[in-house]
Amino acid sequence: MRTFLTLAVPVMTAGAAHAGGIELTVEIPKLSVAEYHRPYVAIWIEDASGKVAANLSVWYDVDLKDSEGEKWLKDIRQWWRRTGRTLNMPMDGVSSPTKAPGVNKVTFPSDKGALASLAPGDYKLIVEATREVGGKEMVEVPFKWAPGSEATASAKGKEELGAITLKLTK
Amino acid sequence: MKTLARRIVIAAAAAALMVGAAHAHRAWIVPSATVVSGDNAWVTLDAAVSNNLFFPDHRPMQVDAITITAPDGSVVKPANASVGQYRTTFDLKLDQKGTYSIAQANSGLNASWKEGTETKRWRGTMAEYVSQGIDKKPGVELTLSNRRVETFVTNGAPTPIKSTGKGLELSGAHPNDLYSGEEVTFKLTDNGKPAANVEITLIQGGDRYREEAGEVTLKTGADGSFKVKVANAGMYWLEAESRGTASMEGKSVNTMSTLVAVLEVLPG
Repeated sequence: MRTFLTLAVPVMTAGAAHAGGIELTVEIPKLSVAEYHRPYVAIWIEDASGKVAANLSVWYDVDLKDSEGEKWLKDIRQWWRRTGRTLNMPMDGVSSPTKAPGVNKVTFPSDKGALASLAPGDYKLIVEATREVGGKEMVEVPFKWAPGSEATASAKGKEELGAITLKLTK
Repeated sequence: MKTLARRIVIAAAAAALMVGAAHAHRAWIVPSATVVSGDNAWVTLDAAVSNNLFFPDHRPMQVDAITITAPDGSVVKPANASVGQYRTTFDLKLDQKGTYSIAQANSGLNASWKEGTETKRWRGTMAEYVSQGIDKKPGVELTLSNRRVETFVTNGAPTPIKSTGKGLELSGAHPNDLYSGEEVTFKLTDNGKPAANVEITLIQGGDRYREEAGEVTLKTGADGSFKVKVANAGMYWLEAESRGTASMEGKSVNTMSTLVAVLEVLPG
């Protein structure tokens, strides 16, 4: 369908319709526990040397009084250690409210934000979840970043995260 | 619990690895967290001298003896301080981003000698040592001691710890950036200089619940460095002690420097 549009109305391709990038689904499992709080989740891209190449999202209680949500950011431990502790929160385009259990879809355009400056190569997408009075889990999805090409990759968490699917779109 | 000692893997620069003798009455300052975030970050701390780590069972540390140094070098007063039967407790609000040091440091001259079968002890200044005639006591031993009991807490990214240049101090690896399964290299200094061949003891907290403490002893290398790698995340008690001699106002004195640091190792 996109091909057809491209051919028929080439002028439109310069606009939003062309903005490929990463389409991500993050499943947050529904848990039957006495005290449930939505998890804090950080999503970032790590390069082959283990360095943070792109900060994509942090889902936390952004709207609590006195920035109380930031108190718990250090509990997204690996993210905190690798990048969180050097950032000024909230971060435009990265900070976002917590998400409900279910499949959450987020997209990151390749021409904006962190992906705009991501060099082609092999990376890992990392999703880390930590839940108040609950557990912690980190899921990694290796992928090759080559803007303009399409691919999918996925991984699955065990406790705090469900399926993570990563789709690279043109 | 023999496996624990085995699981705590420590690589000493001097590769001296052995299990030392049990030590009683350990001093410590333990924070409720070593890594915090946000603009309204607090930790609460316990300070005590105890047998088991970190369970208060002997006596509290005096709160007046504790100095909190903020990342910018300024001194912060403990909040809500209370001295209990077994432990002192106080709070710290981390208004600055960076690393705070919480330490009890003291130094002093003490002497000991024998009068018959009795060991006499004395404490004071060098001037008093002479004016009170202590220096004339038969077989007198004069010791200059430096003692530091410390812990660290970081809000945001860790910042370098400034050396005081007095007694034993840790540098090298950051004390609030430790993770299980990852080797780090610390450096020990004594009066600001590399402390070579100094014995170090490392014990994980919670020894009350283990048959063996799993205490590990190692030694610093010629450059004062030593490597640490632990398998288990948790709160650790590190002690270093160095002995030597020095000249003070023309007199030969024994020197004894002790450092205790409480370090948290997070899951790697």
